[in-house]
Amino acid sequence: MSVLVYIDQSDNHVKKSAYEVLTYGAKLAAQMGTTAAGIILGKVNDNLAELGKYGVTTIHQVSNERLNQLDTQVAAKIIADAAQATGATVLVFSQNHSGKAIAARVAARLKAGLVAGAAGLPDTSNGFVVKKTVFSGKAFANISINSPIKVIALNPNSISAVAGEGSATVAELNIAVDAPKVTITAVNKITGEIPLTEADIVVSGGRGLKGPENWGVLLDLAKVLGAGTACSRPVGDAHWRPHHEHVGQTGVQVAPNLYIALGISGAIQHLAGVNRSKIMVVINKDPEAPFFKAADYGIVGDLFEIVPQMTAEIKKIKGIA
Amino acid sequence: MKILVCISKTPDTTTKIAFKDGNTQLDENGVQWIINPYDEWYSLVRAIELKEKDPSTIIHLVTVGGADCDPIIRKALALGGDEAFRINAESTDSYFIAAQIADLANKNGYDLIFTGKEAIDYNSAAIGGMVAELVGAPYLSLATLFELNGQTATITREIEGGEEVAIVALPVVMSCQKGMAEQRIPNMRGIMAARTKPLQVIEPAAVDTLTSIVGFELPPAKAGCKMVAADNVAELVRLLHEEAKAF
Repeated sequence: MSVLVYIDQSDNHVKKSAYEVLTYGAKLAAQMGTTAAGIILGKVNDNLAELGKYGVTTIHQVSNERLNQLDTQVAAKIIADAAQATGATVLVFSQNHSGKAIAARVAARLKAGLVAGAAGLPDTSNGFVVKKTVFSGKAFANISINSPIKVIALNPNSISAVAGEGSATVAELNIAVDAPKVTITAVNKITGEIPLTEADIVVSGGRGLKGPENWGVLLDLAKVLGAGTACSRPVGDAHWRPHHEHVGQTGVQVAPNLYIALGISGAIQHLAGVNRSKIMVVINKDPEAPFFKAADYGIVGDLFEIVPQMTAEIKKIKGIA
Repeated sequence: MKILVCISKTPDTTTKIAFKDGNTQLDENGVQWIINPYDEWYSLVRAIELKEKDPSTIIHLVTVGGADCDPIIRKALALGGDEAFRINAESTDSYFIAAQIADLANKNGYDLIFTGKEAIDYNSAAIGGMVAELVGAPYLSLATLFELNGQTATITREIEGGEEVAIVALPVVMSCQKGMAEQRIPNMRGIMAARTKPLQVIEPAAVDTLTSIVGFELPPAKAGCKMVAADNVAELVRLLHEEAKAF
């Protein structure tokens, strides 16, 4: 009986979401009176022993370079085999792009009950009940996992990574690696931007900005905050901004600590993609904009006057000239 | 070419969510039911496009649910598809649902199995991956482009911070999202044709249910939006910094 946490990597580095699931796995193990280990596939340049500071005792690695390109079928078999070899009864993943695909496969392979999109630690006082977001963030469901092996995929940004002291033992796992059936022929990453799904702060613009030529005020604000930039669906559809910036029901779903919406009315489809944000700020000239009902802070007014002042005030606080 | 398109019945996106019976059931009062948008707009329409290109393509639709799913599956048939299967079982457990679909897939043998990137009710995004595992096929999730070259597919999929292009031999399971196809509206001919297309109701395979819903809850009500005057931007920034500690 132990907890096994899948550590996601990209470009030979451990991803931020992995620190969150390691923290989660360690807390869960403490709650269950057991230990947590991590598993990482492929070669990485990071010092894996340092991941012990998130509370895991062992990092299992299968450092076959072939695994740096994800084939979910190959990955799922290794993780399931590792769970069985190490006696893990709870497996934890991030509900991020690759995690949600692998978690589902591992759960089916191990015939383990899955809660995908978990919002917090399980209640283990009477059974094993995990809270998850449902209806695109409009509600939560408490799901009981009734199988001996359990799989949890945790929503990114739903808990904070907590680093303490400690070092993990890094051990190479000898598990056969199947030949992949998927060949990746090209990877196109947007460079120089903060990936929206990992951003702590997101500044997002809607039709209220009136045209792509006006995005400077938004970009300036994002820059001083170190924020990712996003847009509403109409803006993406009109090609004012690249498609990958579109957040909402059909676009990217984000859950940053701070979401600043500039000139976005807040249609329900937009809210479905952002309503897991911790703090939402809305700047809109229309006092009737539905977004104000969902927001924490708001200003009714002309964003072209307000946003540069925000940027200036933040610079003052941060001591940026 | 045989394609299986997985269809889920979901509440319309704009539904106001409420619960009943001690927060154990969705209050269906006033809920309008639709085909899960990702299933309809992207995976079904892409399958139809493939059939338009190669008319020998056979499209099967599958849903797992009670008789209340029939209008949804008829609507999907009105858009396109040759034949539908409704596996007659109510379940909210991803494994149970995926195992039913995999059982049908293993019996019928498909080259392609399409799902939406997630259903907008439970948002688990789990069915595609589970079905792939249970039929022993590769799984490409969050796909935005799909091209078929004989028995090989080229699939572009979203990854964090970008996209990747993958080549894979069939059979393959794919979850579809925006970019894959354009939304269509059923025409009168399609609606008439759907009435006579076969909709087979089949009894579920014996499969364990691994999870159960204990109850639902609504998020705590927001304290309300704190409004700041437009001429006092410094106050907003102070609140964000000191009160919300948001930066």
